Amino acid sequence: MTEAGPAQNGGTGEGQESPLPSVRRREVIRQAWSVGGATGTYGVSFGALAVAAGLDVWQAQALSFVMFTGASQFALVGILAAGGLAAAPAAVATASMLGVRNGLYGLQTSLMLGATGLRRLAAAHLTIDESTAVGIAQPEPPAQRLGFWQTGIAVFVLWNASTLLGSLLGNAFGDPRQLGLDAAAAGAFVALLWPRLRSRDATATAVLAAFVALVSAPLVPAGIPVLLAAVAAVVVGLRHPGRHEGPLEGGDGILTGSDPTP
Amino acid sequence: MTLWLVVVTACVACYLFKLAGYLVPERVVSGERTGRITTLLPVALLSGLVVVQTVAGPGGQLVVDARVVAVGVAVGLLLLRANFLVVVLTAGTVAAIVRAVGWG
Repeated sequence: MTEAGPAQNGGTGEGQESPLPSVRRREVIRQAWSVGGATGTYGVSFGALAVAAGLDVWQAQALSFVMFTGASQFALVGILAAGGLAAAPAAVATASMLGVRNGLYGLQTSLMLGATGLRRLAAAHLTIDESTAVGIAQPEPPAQRLGFWQTGIAVFVLWNASTLLGSLLGNAFGDPRQLGLDAAAAGAFVALLWPRLRSRDATATAVLAAFVALVSAPLVPAGIPVLLAAVAAVVVGLRHPGRHEGPLEGGDGILTGSDPTP
Repeated sequence: MTLWLVVVTACVACYLFKLAGYLVPERVVSGERTGRITTLLPVALLSGLVVVQTVAGPGGQLVVDARVVAVGVAVGLLLLRANFLVVVLTAGTVAAIVRAVGWG
């Protein structure tokens, strides 16, 4: 083990820890796949919204397969649906910024997993709200690793399968507006935002961001109001210390402010 | 910019952020202030998306239509702790019904 190894997570070295008892193993795998089942099926709504936004089935699938992070995927297709290719730079920027939190999860999970080489690249790909939450919720290191990988794989498989189902269904439908798919996208963003409004800072940020988007929408091209709204996070974040929940709190296996999609 | 280019660019950016967590030393991003801002970032972006998706018309002008009703219902369902898929499907259905009866 190199001296760069994790101090607080000692015992990640091989042979130092006893293998996971089969009862615990089954328990962790069951938890992982039930989280995967609950989350993965939301891919149906993503697939349908993606084709309604003008993507083809392959493009929708590429997003679920390669991007594999729900809020960013919804944001990308939502902004493209509203502003078309002219809004593409804003859509990419918004999707990327929503993906920043996965990097924060990676700081935690990289210590937990100790993966190298190709396994590390795969671990990074599977680093999402759910895999991180299930992983850090386990008390013992082997269960943490099992929970992370199993949940990541479960969500990945089911999210991709349900995206395909959703995009095929979406293609079979007619006019997306008549079907209310634009309102379904709005509903998805509300549902993604909702669990994050747990602190006063979060609520203040949401209100300020909403105000900025509302005022700027008629003045600037589609997609830009959302980027301007991001400034609310900086304003509130710089304002005062100590009244904010940290990015990762593992109680009950739920990430503070994690959203209900990957 | 073709649609494929958009998809690929966004995918690469999102993967690089994920990978950064495994490669960047923790102290680079562990400042309290940085942590606060990065945690609030999704809140701000999602809140902006809600507003735009609910009340912005094709040219960015503000429009009150079936989407506002649908989002109101979605908030009600979230207060009742409804599941994500239920919220999304109901929002779409409500808007479709409101439009079918000729309003919004």
